[in-house]
Amino acid sequence: MKKILSISLLSLIAANSFAGGYRISLQGQRQLAMGHTGVGVIGQNAESLFFNPASGTFLKNQWSFSAGATALFSNVKFQNSIYNWSNSSENMGTPFYFYGNYQATDRFSVGLAVYTPFGSSVEWQQDWPGSHLVNSIDLQAIFIQPTVSYKITDNISVGAGLIYVNGGVTFNRNLSRSMIDDYGNRSDVTIDASGVSAWGYNVGVTARLDEYVTLGVNYRSQIDMKVEGGEAKFHDMPGFLNYADGKFDATMPLPAELTIGLSYQINEKWLAAFDYNYTFWKAYDNLVIEFDNPAIGTSVNPRNYKSSGTLRGGLQFAPSEKFSARVGGYYDISPVQDGYFAPETPRNDAIAGTAGFSYKITPKLDVDFSATALHFKQTKNSYDHYKEDGSDLSFGGDYRSSAYSLGLGLSYNF
Amino acid sequence: MKKYQSIFLAAFAFSFVACEPEFENPVTNESYSRGEADFTTYVALGNSLTAGYMDGTMYRSGQQYSFPNLLAKQFAVVGGGSFTQPSFNDDVNDVGGLLFMGQPAAATRLILNMSTSGPENLTGTPTIEISDLQAKAYNNMGVPGAKSFHLLASGYGNLANMATGTANPYFVRHATSPNTTVLSDAMSLNPTFFTNWIGANDVLAYALSGGTGENQEGNTDPSTYSSNDITDPQVFEAAYKTIINTLTSNGAKGVVATIPDITSIPHFTTVPYNPLTAEALGGEAVVTQLNTSLLDPIKQILTAIGEGDRIQLYSTTSGNPLLITDETLTDVSATLTAALIANNYPAETAAVLGQVFGRARHATRSDLFVLGTSGIIGTASALPSPLDKLGVTFPLEDKYVLIPSEQQQIKTATDKFNDIIWSVSGSKKLAIADMNAIMRYLTTGIRLSDGQWYTADYFKGTENMNKVLFSLDGVHPNPRGYAFVANEIVKVINEHYKSNLPLLVPGNYPGVTIKASN
Repeated sequence: MKKILSISLLSLIAANSFAGGYRISLQGQRQLAMGHTGVGVIGQNAESLFFNPASGTFLKNQWSFSAGATALFSNVKFQNSIYNWSNSSENMGTPFYFYGNYQATDRFSVGLAVYTPFGSSVEWQQDWPGSHLVNSIDLQAIFIQPTVSYKITDNISVGAGLIYVNGGVTFNRNLSRSMIDDYGNRSDVTIDASGVSAWGYNVGVTARLDEYVTLGVNYRSQIDMKVEGGEAKFHDMPGFLNYADGKFDATMPLPAELTIGLSYQINEKWLAAFDYNYTFWKAYDNLVIEFDNPAIGTSVNPRNYKSSGTLRGGLQFAPSEKFSARVGGYYDISPVQDGYFAPETPRNDAIAGTAGFSYKITPKLDVDFSATALHFKQTKNSYDHYKEDGSDLSFGGDYRSSAYSLGLGLSYNF
Repeated sequence: MKKYQSIFLAAFAFSFVACEPEFENPVTNESYSRGEADFTTYVALGNSLTAGYMDGTMYRSGQQYSFPNLLAKQFAVVGGGSFTQPSFNDDVNDVGGLLFMGQPAAATRLILNMSTSGPENLTGTPTIEISDLQAKAYNNMGVPGAKSFHLLASGYGNLANMATGTANPYFVRHATSPNTTVLSDAMSLNPTFFTNWIGANDVLAYALSGGTGENQEGNTDPSTYSSNDITDPQVFEAAYKTIINTLTSNGAKGVVATIPDITSIPHFTTVPYNPLTAEALGGEAVVTQLNTSLLDPIKQILTAIGEGDRIQLYSTTSGNPLLITDETLTDVSATLTAALIANNYPAETAAVLGQVFGRARHATRSDLFVLGTSGIIGTASALPSPLDKLGVTFPLEDKYVLIPSEQQQIKTATDKFNDIIWSVSGSKKLAIADMNAIMRYLTTGIRLSDGQWYTADYFKGTENMNKVLFSLDGVHPNPRGYAFVANEIVKVINEHYKSNLPLLVPGNYPGVTIKASN
């Protein structure tokens, strides 16, 4: 019976991939508008705490606050002309953030960063042709990160943050390609894990090389999200296989990420920034799910991700005190390898264009807008590692994704 | 200031319209084409395999998976019209079977009972009444049990002929008039496209009966045939020609299918000839006892008359063969009895043993057992111990086994019928789905594009439940198997008529019906 129900909790992988191949970086409207650069950018607003914990001491004000939310629209289309299949998933999410920083002394600052780097979902039509892999997935994770920053010299600052993650995932898939209950309904299982918490850390260094160029390095640790006692609920099961709802354990590792960033203050009005992220996806070779029901057993799902990078660039134009505008973009290389392209993470390499502007409403309060468009090429790919009665099955076709976002943020500095 | 704002508002608006994903070549119905075929009115002719029969009967939920119904869904993409099937709405319990004048006339469908781990007839009352006449021609004209010449037989759908056995209960239910024919009802729909998979019962009925029927080769009067007989090739050819000539008379195109060989049907390949392990027989002591008290004395006598090969002593370490009756053997009852008496056996015992073992022999690798044998091996015979175990100490009847000479008759007939199908259909340039060849590949396995291997194996349990193609009767496909058949036919149509029809994924269709209890 184990083979029937080789539940490949692809969901849990989705969590991973959302942080990389699937990740749409939305952790601050200003920096997002510049291609989500910021590891080497100083003197902007409290968003910098996300990008580099060392940047707190370079903020201009004693108190800096930023908060915002983004409407994220992500669409995926799937088709296979051999079988006349066409399906789509259209989803919306609203990731948000809050950052606060206090410069306690000339050299020392403390801050708090709250952000939601995971928060999207995929929802195919129930019982669609890929339903044995996933029907729907919804995941969320809130990162809460207290941060300190210390200036070693006037031009070099180091910072560190402790990350507390609280997240959850809901995932539904059919039990197999053909299992039905006694009334002809497809059998499915929903996996639900909420309140999953884990700890990680974030360290960074910022060095102002001269009055134009600033260099930053940031490292975010791997965070293992351990699900213990998540709930597995079975629906429309045939009488002969009437699994009781049960529990499962699993681990969702979120990979470590190293980013090197550079900013160049061209003149008073123009600022350019570049980041290079490298994400250690290679950690994700398999996902292992253990069910407490021995009849279901342990499910091992090959992922075989590769580590990958993202190249980012952005430009800011600030013609006046009151108004500034930004454009940027990035190229994000998917960690998903050919033959491992599963429909819960149907993302290939992405090119993003970003833009935004800020407007100073009062001397202390800024409003920040951003817009992002992600372009994905049409791709033909498949997941070839679904086990059915001992055979590796393939499911695939053409995929095309797109995503765009609109964001609104407020900054308050004094 | 205003200028900048309008630029960015425009950029925002752009991001919305630019991001809806679109494929370079979106898959729509226009992606497919009918080629040289016209699927406007598709009519399916054939027997149970066309009707959607499975698990030993017709039943409501099974019928929707008939291969013509699955095929029609693919045709609909390129202009195929609606596809109707005989109504089984009266199968309110979805159990199949038949009633005749209110009395049960056929058993309910087979299910796999998890609590007993075996196939059983589903508990429930059949409600499909033969005398409820629909009098309607349907696109699916598959009639379970029909042989080639039945499609041309007037009265085959006449309720009044049920008593004489010349009518078919399923055709009776929907024949448009008492003396119409299956072919004429089919033609009344003016098909533009057809499938014709007829002929299997012309030989398979004999095989299913364990070879108890007659080979009617040379007898060209089918009205004299019994239901388990093999049809004369001339009769087959004449019927097949008439069917094909009629179907193509208005220019319709179509696909015909060949007759599968029985060696690729799990009904005949599932029960091994040697299932009797020491454990199954009751332990080593029982094996020794059987050898010394029964088999060895008989074998010694047979050896003395040069027939020692008939019986072999049971082994404690490997599977032992079933005991069968082989009507081709010389009856040595009298010799046996006389010899046993000479060996001081009581006359009465010697007579019984002589009778029982007169034409008995142990099975060999060359014998094929029908699926139903598995349920009776070791069950009680009419005789007292030690001759009380069917297949072990009492030989199985002819109907359970196809001995090599019977298999040869089946193979010869199958080959002749398939030659006729090839030549008649080839002369009309019809597409031919060589189900005989395809099923033969299934005996070793066919890997489809989804990566799964499909075989002609019977349901074995959870290790093959996701890929087994046959229903529990071991002869007819299950829904997944019919999808496999439909898929193979689509491939043939695409090739032969230069069509571009979408394929099916058999693995997405249900397999064997398993119930927790019955």
